[in-house]
Amino acid sequence: MSAPARPPVVSLRGVSTRFGTNWVHKGVNLDIPPGEVVSLVGGSGSGKTTLLRQMVGLLTPSEGEVRLFGEPLFAGSREAQRQRRRRFAMCFQGGALFSAFTVYDNIAFPLREAGIASEAEIRDLVGLKLAMVELQPSHAALMPAELSGGMIKRVALARALALEPELLLLDEPTAGLDPTRSASFVALIRDLQQQLGLTVVLVTHDLDTLAALSSKVAVLAEQHILAFDTLEAVMQIEHPFIREFFLSERSVRALARGQGS
Amino acid sequence: MTDAIHPPALRVTDDMACPSGDWTLIALTPRMASLRRALADAGATRWDLSELTRLDSFGALLLWRAWGHRRPDQLMLPPAFDAQFARLDALGDAPVPPHPRFGPLDALAALGVAALSLVQHVGDFLALIGRLALDGLRLLTQPRQWPIKEFSANLFKVGVKAMPVSALVGFLIGVVLSYLSALQLKAFGADIFIVNILGLGVIRELGPVLVSVLVAGRSGSAMTAQLGVMRVTEEVDALSVMGISRYVRLVLPKVMALSVAMPLLVLWTSAVALLGGMMSAELQLGLSYGFFIETLPKVVPPANLFIALGKGAVFGFLIALVACHFGLRVKPNTESLSANTTASVVSSITLVILVDAVFAIATRSIGVPV
Repeated sequence: MSAPARPPVVSLRGVSTRFGTNWVHKGVNLDIPPGEVVSLVGGSGSGKTTLLRQMVGLLTPSEGEVRLFGEPLFAGSREAQRQRRRRFAMCFQGGALFSAFTVYDNIAFPLREAGIASEAEIRDLVGLKLAMVELQPSHAALMPAELSGGMIKRVALARALALEPELLLLDEPTAGLDPTRSASFVALIRDLQQQLGLTVVLVTHDLDTLAALSSKVAVLAEQHILAFDTLEAVMQIEHPFIREFFLSERSVRALARGQGS
Repeated sequence: MTDAIHPPALRVTDDMACPSGDWTLIALTPRMASLRRALADAGATRWDLSELTRLDSFGALLLWRAWGHRRPDQLMLPPAFDAQFARLDALGDAPVPPHPRFGPLDALAALGVAALSLVQHVGDFLALIGRLALDGLRLLTQPRQWPIKEFSANLFKVGVKAMPVSALVGFLIGVVLSYLSALQLKAFGADIFIVNILGLGVIRELGPVLVSVLVAGRSGSAMTAQLGVMRVTEEVDALSVMGISRYVRLVLPKVMALSVAMPLLVLWTSAVALLGGMMSAELQLGLSYGFFIETLPKVVPPANLFIALGKGAVFGFLIALVACHFGLRVKPNTESLSANTTASVVSSITLVILVDAVFAIATRSIGVPV
């Protein structure tokens, strides 16, 4: 799967971020190879979501460079940038569904914007994406305000998958879901990732999710990436944050639960 | 498997179709038209997918549609791609229901819904007034509960901050009105009647209505949007849970503030409009400022001023009530927010003009020199 010739999907080089006089990141370096599921963890306020937003170009780092698929995000013509943007998709924490559109129109929106599929094909594609995220065709007519939290996350995922992205960024995919729903959502993402060969970057606080989903863990602490390795290897590292985050009694229980599922 | 794209292609020999390369959205996009044509013309009964390098659900869907929504009888399918088609097979049984078409019966239903919603609006509006009255009565016995701070903040927002714009508009209207009237009056040699026309017109009629339209657009819309967003973010519900009445804490201060601020704004705007008219009269007709100021109280009885202040208070009360009524109806989506804000401004301006007509009839014998 991971031939050495392929460039990392996401590459951060010396990324530093400053809010006012406060340095959130200083010299963050991270290379995410294709096909990996990387969990970004860190204490609250350590700038995980900021880093995720920098990856997709919603925020520009004060210093350093972000490369996606081997190229800077803002390189090339408008058309080249648009093509590059089509290769990744993001699920926001609150879903960020268009509240004035039905579920159907939300999922169809990126397809219509891309202008490649006919309405009949879009109908089938929306049905397919709904089936992928385990929603019923009858849910297509609902408005986002009528959906439960778990359904919003699923629809957001279906919308993100609409244009067949190679890279999927998830901000707190299981926050606000009950344990059963969060477990099934995690299973869903894992299945889709395996079937579609996606690269996934997720920010999470939830150790169950982390253990069940991630092939690698990136620990963000002290303003840089403290460790980037498999969960087992990361847990071996002697550091107060890692000890507190992964090895507290509660954490160990959650991790065991996640790995078991 | 490298990152390079293998261009998708379709080879047809006899009745054997053989797609090759990457059948993915990204690879297909530039070659869409020709491949669609090739798929439509293929007419093959045997399909061999073993030369595909990549296949995503979009590519699978294209093939599946070319097959007529089912797998062809003779299909060579590498196991890696089986999952893509398995999902499509499942889709065949339960397609997404199409949007229902809008027919004449729906139009009739829409008319009925509109009529019923008008009735409901009137009912809810009356209920809002009733609640406010009840809460007001209850507050009479609990003077410490009055939302004084919110009242003062709202007064500043809708009153003081509206002064510059209402002054500018008032001044310009005064100038224009005076200029146009002066042209006519000069022709009849009735120059000095400019004071009567401006004084009565601005103080009694134009001032209150002008300020109402300005305030409805400026403060009414802001109130609706604010309450609407508070509904969307569940802040209103949070207040209810804390046992704090949304009517006392959110609606009452707005209504009180606008009822107090509007007469003051009317006074201010009318004064500035008269100033503009006076300056224009001096330039156009050579009417001195001293004469204008001296004549004004003689030709405009003070009753007009009280009518104007009364109108201001009533209009302010109505604008705030309408704004809160629509704000509290906002549903948690962007469409509802914009629809209610529009409805709020349109309804309050219409209502103000309607009530103004009632005022005109009710006060027709007061303050008009015969």
